[in-house]
Amino acid sequence: MAHAAPLISPRATLAAELKQLLGTDLLAHDFAADEDSITVDRDAIAGVMIALRDNLEYQQMMEIAGVDYPERAERFEVVYHLLSVTRNHRLRVRVSTDEATPVPTIVPVWPNAGWLEREVFDMYGVLFAGNPDLRRILTDYGFQGHPQRKDFPLTGYIELRYSEEDKRVVYEPVKLAQDFRNFDFLSPWEGADYVLPGDEKAGGTGEAPGKGAPTPMTAQEVKASDDKAKASPPPTPKTTDSPAQTGAGAKVNKAASKTSRDGAKSKVATKEAKTPATSKAEKAPAKPRAPRKPKTGGDA
Amino acid sequence: MTDTPTIRHHGGDMFEGYPVDTANTAGDQAVTNYTINFGPQHPAAHGVLRLVLELDGEIIERVDPHVGLLHRGTEKLIEYKTYLQALPYFDRLDYCSPLGMEHSYVLAIEKLLDLEVPARAQYLRTMFAELTRICNHMLNIGSHVMDVGAMTPNLWVFELREDCLNFFERASGARMHSAYFRPGGVHQDVPEKLLVDIGEWVETRLPKLFGDAMSLVIDNRIFKQRNVDIATVSKEDALAWGFSGPMIRGSGIAWDLRKSQPYDAYAAMEFDIPVGTRGDCYDRFMVRVEEVYQSAKIIKQCLRDMPTGPIASLDRKIVPPKRGEMKQSMESLIHHFKLYTEGFHVPAGEVYVATESPKGEFGVYLVSDGTNKPYRCKIRPTAFSHLQAMDMMSKGHMLADTTAIIGAIDVVFGECDR
Repeated sequence: MAHAAPLISPRATLAAELKQLLGTDLLAHDFAADEDSITVDRDAIAGVMIALRDNLEYQQMMEIAGVDYPERAERFEVVYHLLSVTRNHRLRVRVSTDEATPVPTIVPVWPNAGWLEREVFDMYGVLFAGNPDLRRILTDYGFQGHPQRKDFPLTGYIELRYSEEDKRVVYEPVKLAQDFRNFDFLSPWEGADYVLPGDEKAGGTGEAPGKGAPTPMTAQEVKASDDKAKASPPPTPKTTDSPAQTGAGAKVNKAASKTSRDGAKSKVATKEAKTPATSKAEKAPAKPRAPRKPKTGGDA
Repeated sequence: MTDTPTIRHHGGDMFEGYPVDTANTAGDQAVTNYTINFGPQHPAAHGVLRLVLELDGEIIERVDPHVGLLHRGTEKLIEYKTYLQALPYFDRLDYCSPLGMEHSYVLAIEKLLDLEVPARAQYLRTMFAELTRICNHMLNIGSHVMDVGAMTPNLWVFELREDCLNFFERASGARMHSAYFRPGGVHQDVPEKLLVDIGEWVETRLPKLFGDAMSLVIDNRIFKQRNVDIATVSKEDALAWGFSGPMIRGSGIAWDLRKSQPYDAYAAMEFDIPVGTRGDCYDRFMVRVEEVYQSAKIIKQCLRDMPTGPIASLDRKIVPPKRGEMKQSMESLIHHFKLYTEGFHVPAGEVYVATESPKGEFGVYLVSDGTNKPYRCKIRPTAFSHLQAMDMMSKGHMLADTTAIIGAIDVVFGECDR
């Protein structure tokens, strides 16, 4: 471990304790980047939290974050970050849900979950069953939509300004003087799975590129292509180890043993059979052209 | 309604036949609760806080804080920027302690990259994080004192805040939005004279001026009357409501991430954690006052022990070369161009990194999908949990106490609303 980020010593027996405490509610437990995260059953979240607080000494719930993975069947992840001040440890608890299925609230376990759940609701539209006050929190009064979803545009849909004529603030549809520029930095050599701009003219796949910037690769795709690159053996390097490979010495086959002069001769001959030939060309076809002399006087 | 059993008659037949709620009645006058707006344009609201207060006379019955008036969609914007381009957004979260915000973010990136940071960079970051703490506490202490009626100390401690901002300017070129901490280290080395000046300032000017200002406040009768026993929070409540920083230490829990989960050079630092005894506004204030002295102590140790050497990682695939180097070497030119356009790619994974910002635990939950932009960057603001407890803390207090409570929370809306 070389980084300078906050040092948290792992709890050695955590995995076993979690398994024993949560039983079938524990769906997965992984340890990555020195951090423990568990995935639990959505419907059991409140009970799990009570168990973690009372039995494993996670006294504080610091954060609830929503994450949107549109390609998944249950697209939202609700991520709770717990902190134990007595055992000096952090634990990440995940549940997943979709637009319609509510997640049971944990306000009775930690009162500060109230606003944090409101924020996830505001930003992602995740419903929390039992939250006593599930209003929007950060967005404007009367706002529509859930801005942190991946399919919500960065610019939003409405903009507001002070109208001098009406003497009040007016809401209008967003008008952009210039499109938002989103550059794609995926290397075309490392698995861009779309036609690069300009390549459609070369008649590659014949597909026209889609409008706007393509969706960036997902973590799984990046990993898959990495693994693929690792798995395939490196191509044999082009080396000339033996004189045979240089083209010198004995010829490999008949075609190779033909000299270039023969080739030139036969070419000229076939040509002459078709076109009216001059006597000059007839008499001296094989005379090689004098090599070009290097120009003199110019700077090298 | 007329047959409800709560009908009572008050002298004469004035209320005869009508239900009268007598629960909150003083004398024989019926007083109903009313609701007022505190803010969003209020000098003591420390920004754009709107409190909907339900009052019974001057007693607060219920507080409903309306936040989000400074919401700028920082987290959404970060998803469309490279890791380096997203950094200056953190300055603009808590604009009173910008480097404290950057600290969590750069550490989160470094943790995902598992990037080693040279010792000098770690010391520089530790020192500037502590200067930021002093800078932040100067603003908070000053405005808290002014909210409850004192004028002079605020002007004095703002002198010190100005000194801090001048140091930031000399190190990074910008007074407030420094963008000085970078993934892998800091942006540029500091001039030797700056370190000398910081050393002198910490030794002489800071303790003198700050001590003078605090001598006017901490034993002041009016100040104590406005703060002692106001908004008392027990240890259990502080834990349950997700308190951190001076708020949890004010309640008597000696919890400081710099000690318990040390990052950068904090493991080598010697300092004490001040804690409160009663958990009221006065304790929170005094915790901050003591933290200023402890920060000064850390700065002195940083100056004493700071090694020489590189100020950022020499991994050229992450930290761009300096401009002078770029003008001389083709390879540097390529690295410079690539890192300032495409930026670096961060391996897929997720981390939650929290540091002890001046206001409490400031966390960054960073999800990377292996590209050059964060897939998700959730910012854990300190003020969100603290402000949420406003209702719990101010119930039963007087209207005038709200300013003291908000002052002691130390809330900044750039960070709360993101």
